[in-house]
Amino acid sequence: MVEYSIGGLRDMFLGNVRRLKEILKYAKISSDVAEIDASNLVHKEVNDLMRYCALQGVRRIVLKGVRGQRYIGTRLYFPDPRPKLEIEIHGFPGNDLGAFLDGHRIVVYGNAQDGVGNTMDSGEIVIYGQAGDVVAMSMRGGRIFIRDDVGYRTAIHMKEYRDKVPVLVVGGTAQDFFGEYMAGGRVVLLGLNLDDKPHRARYIDTGMHGGIMYIRGRVEPWQLGKEVGIVDMEAEDWKFIEKHVGDFCEIFGIKEDEVLGGSFLKLKPVTKRPYGKVYAY
Amino acid sequence: MFSHLLPEFIVERRDDRCIRCRACERQCSFEVHRYDEELDRMFSDEKRCVGCQRCAVLCPTGALIVRPHPGEYRRNANWTGERIQDLKKQAETGGVVLTGSGNDKPYRIYWDHIVLNASQVTNPSIDPLREPMELRTFLGRKPDVLELRFNGGDYEDVEIATELHPNVMIETPIVFSAMSYGALSYQAFKALAMAASEYGTLFNTGEGGLPRELRKYGKNAIVQCASGRFGVDPEYLNCAAVIEIKIGQGAKPGIGGHLPGEKVTLPISVTRMIPEGTDALSPAPQHDIYSIEDLSMLIYALKEATNYEKPVSVKIAAVHNVAAIASGMVRAGADIIAIDGLRGGTGAAPKIIRDNVGIPIELALAAVDRRLREEGIRNKCSILVAGGFRCSADVVKAIALGADAVYIGTPALVAMGCTLCQKCYTGKCNWGICTQDPYLSRRLNPEIGAKRLVNLLRAWSLEIKEMLGGMGINAIESLRGNRDHLRGVGLEDWELEVLGIKGAGE
Repeated sequence: MVEYSIGGLRDMFLGNVRRLKEILKYAKISSDVAEIDASNLVHKEVNDLMRYCALQGVRRIVLKGVRGQRYIGTRLYFPDPRPKLEIEIHGFPGNDLGAFLDGHRIVVYGNAQDGVGNTMDSGEIVIYGQAGDVVAMSMRGGRIFIRDDVGYRTAIHMKEYRDKVPVLVVGGTAQDFFGEYMAGGRVVLLGLNLDDKPHRARYIDTGMHGGIMYIRGRVEPWQLGKEVGIVDMEAEDWKFIEKHVGDFCEIFGIKEDEVLGGSFLKLKPVTKRPYGKVYAY
Repeated sequence: MFSHLLPEFIVERRDDRCIRCRACERQCSFEVHRYDEELDRMFSDEKRCVGCQRCAVLCPTGALIVRPHPGEYRRNANWTGERIQDLKKQAETGGVVLTGSGNDKPYRIYWDHIVLNASQVTNPSIDPLREPMELRTFLGRKPDVLELRFNGGDYEDVEIATELHPNVMIETPIVFSAMSYGALSYQAFKALAMAASEYGTLFNTGEGGLPRELRKYGKNAIVQCASGRFGVDPEYLNCAAVIEIKIGQGAKPGIGGHLPGEKVTLPISVTRMIPEGTDALSPAPQHDIYSIEDLSMLIYALKEATNYEKPVSVKIAAVHNVAAIASGMVRAGADIIAIDGLRGGTGAAPKIIRDNVGIPIELALAAVDRRLREEGIRNKCSILVAGGFRCSADVVKAIALGADAVYIGTPALVAMGCTLCQKCYTGKCNWGICTQDPYLSRRLNPEIGAKRLVNLLRAWSLEIKEMLGGMGINAIESLRGNRDHLRGVGLEDWELEVLGIKGAGE
């Protein structure tokens, strides 16, 4: 075992990491399903085992006893084309769940922490619970469904390109700076747990210059950044909402009619160039 | 165009030489030159001239002279012409004055106050033309202890028993600075990639992504993950040699970047993965990094995303507490720390920021190297420095002050044609370097550009070998942090102390 220490401090990621052969006992592989007991594993060990399982041809990984381990699903990029994995997490994954995710599907039975889907490329993350701050930051593709609330700075600088349009659906409400700097993608905030109370996030979509946000429930104009405007819902928007919110309701067992019956607000940037006029050329 | 401004340049056309070929008119994207058919005469609108000298050097008869305009305001040490003109621009637009390239103000350039040593009598100098001279450099974290295993008793069969961290080998301690495709034309960007690959060093993609067809140059690429996260996909990260988290830039510490929508053409939008015509906004902070702990989180996220196979660099601008920040970065897990000084270049930055924020790289480097050595963690990272390196002597001095390698941006652009007119932000670069206009960018041939860049690297490397040989050193490794080979001239005590060098004669 290599002991990593920096200037007397233990490296919180690499310290006490055991070699793969020492932790193989925590993974049980039967045909194409692997079950990993994560309760005694540190961050890197969980991902070491997951990568090992993926290389063994496993298609589905069930993680039990997850207690705050970070980057789950991040180290599953392989240059050669391989089938994508189905990852089931029981417990509480740590920060940066599914960061840079490459097409896999992650389902969390519990709450997630900060940085869910950070710079995620493709795939799907479903969370049966709530998530922390900076969810879907710079997300580039795929879908994230969060049943309950999200924290501050959600969907910052989300992007899109041609047919690669990321989608985030949040069942509860969000905190300040929701959708700040958004450059693309679709964000839906449903406010299902608000009981008709207004959303409380401020600075929504400040600096937004691309993408679309849909908010169900009450939001006052002062809560919005000055770079966005409220526009009318069109047929295409309803089609989008029906598809993705429909999927959301189906996954979480929520009555779709009640959700779609609410009032939706569509927010769009007023310009693709919010700061074009601040310079003297 | 602004009204009531004095022209900055005067265009003198020697009529006896002018053959009305109109080459100047075709070459100038700023539309200075104009031909009047009726009068059979060339006219010039000097107000538009930026002094890039493209017309002067391409005029087949040498009929053009472009030089600073002799017209000036009343001389005033406080209210220089530049200050007056900037005020007028602001009064007219209400906007922030933009500029390009590095800080041009007369801050002390410490390189010019540091001299190198050479061997005389007591220690022989080495002739690099006939004796081996090692410039090869490894970037990345080094182990605390190196354990060797000798197989058999003859000391021939040796292997390293210590588990090593990923390191990247470069043939010369010179690396091309971060300049994105978007700021640079495709041709200029490709020339840097080709040259790095040919010479065995690295180029840096900046934060504009790496076009797919150029990913074959990934082995020589430092790919950036910056606040805008443009073009960052798993393949982009995994094809690279080094991944760099960009926190700041010497020309504009603390602020983000705006690539204006008109520069986001189709190919740029493909590479950055944003819709065409949208402003590419890089926020000032990385919104997932508000502390050293957060930085650590992103460093390890990137290591996870690349299976711990690549060194991760963190680039910051040189600012007041740079040494403490650097220490935190190393503790956060950075394998390379890149520091960009006060004179670092840019494609576009507010002039007020470029000219006033940050500290000189010489002082920052010396402070960081000393701090990391005092804390016993200098081996945990490589130090890459950037910001105003003009020649090979600056590189040698930086290495003696503790750098592992040096980033060069402006010298590379000059090698490709740049004349430092500082108009990069207009997107009208007549040299085809800093533009997305196909008519202009075609002027730069990537093969020729790459050749010139390789020549530059070769010339500097030869000069470095000469200087090393003169000092009696045959490997760049022996010069690293070797301040005994430096002496200060015309520096004050506090400056010598920060630099950690003696005054000349001592």
